Amino acid sequence: MRIRGREHAAGVTHAASWPPAAALLALAVALLAPLAGAWARGDTQPVPFRVVDDGIPEPLTSQPGDVERGRAVALDRSLGNCITCHEMPVRADFQGNLGPPLEGLASRYTLPELRLRVVDSKRINPESNMPSFYRIEGLYNVRRDWAGRTMLTAQQVEDLLAYLMTLR
Amino acid sequence: MKIGMVLAGLAAASLSAVVAFAEGERPPNRPIPDPQSGRHFATPDTLAIQDDDFLNPAFLWVEEGEQAWNRVEGTAGQSCASCHNDATESMRGVRARMPAYHPRLQRVVTLEQQVNICRTERMGAPALPIDSRPLNAITTYIALQSRGMPVNVDISGPARRFFDEGERFYNTRRGQLDMRCATCHEENYGRYLRADLLSQGMSNGFPTYRLKEQRVISLQFRLMGCVQDVRGQPPAMGSEEFTNLEFYLAWRAQGLPVESPAVRR
Repeated sequence: MRIRGREHAAGVTHAASWPPAAALLALAVALLAPLAGAWARGDTQPVPFRVVDDGIPEPLTSQPGDVERGRAVALDRSLGNCITCHEMPVRADFQGNLGPPLEGLASRYTLPELRLRVVDSKRINPESNMPSFYRIEGLYNVRRDWAGRTMLTAQQVEDLLAYLMTLR
Repeated sequence: MKIGMVLAGLAAASLSAVVAFAEGERPPNRPIPDPQSGRHFATPDTLAIQDDDFLNPAFLWVEEGEQAWNRVEGTAGQSCASCHNDATESMRGVRARMPAYHPRLQRVVTLEQQVNICRTERMGAPALPIDSRPLNAITTYIALQSRGMPVNVDISGPARRFFDEGERFYNTRRGQLDMRCATCHEENYGRYLRADLLSQGMSNGFPTYRLKEQRVISLQFRLMGCVQDVRGQPPAMGSEEFTNLEFYLAWRAQGLPVESPAVRR
């Protein structure tokens, strides 16, 4: 926070002396902002997937999931936010208990089974209260800023699964 | 003989109509037959603030409401007191039976809306925005006059249709999280959503001083928060949808004592 403030102050003070740098920065922000938005706001065109038995056998992305990024997705309030409803084997105050604890999850489910549960748990149990993290159809009255977008991107789903598979 | 048969037929027809009407009138089953007030889910610290009128910050709103009650406003040169005299007598029990069906408007109105009906129709004063400080002050003052009285809304007759609409809203999954009100407040009360202990969503403490907002809030403001939390698009405060939902919620809390102004996190 402090660093950002300092950069900002520097930009204001010396803006006249380095307009090309400022222009470059603005260009970079303009180019990256939509990407950042997509990262935070899910997919507008969900990738197709195949459900076999109680699971989705193939990954949603060609890039394998990353455990550390997946852990961040699980804890981030605006992303997976798993901890709001599930106890997790992490050090954090105030863990929710609407759903079952996630400890030992990877011993109870296979990766394809977990993938379907994250993507759309209602395909397993229509009465489930767990949100579908990779679905846009069949929803009602979605807030405008989220309409037509999945809760997570395909890559975030795979990252999350990589992390969940470490919970043995 | 013929006339007698016709009369008998008419009598039978009207009797069956009466039976059908009575069936429509049958009170619905309450999912939570023995409701618990939100105070059962609040921390002792919060309750200590609620239970002491000198500590409860909502009493600032009560004082403002009392002043507004006696203040002349609008083109008709009248105050609330001009018609209703002493609120501690005339308003006793009003909060407990609101929202209520308004025969002339042929819809259900909340306490907030009734205050605005008085203002615009009797006082010649502008309606106050829903959930604004001056309106919350008046409703908090009025609600206090019913404190301790059991919630007792009338859902019979023409009101029933609006009740049914509210019930439908309550039980409709909505938003990106695809949840209905009952997901939290019937299936999971007593469990934790992160640090929040889920209540049964009983409305008997509204208007409520919410510590998070640092002000008195109206029920429909809280409802907006709930809908937004499931990433749904909330209807406007004062809309028919939220008004019918508020009516249904009041019935869910039927029998619980009015606790307004409650204090909540």
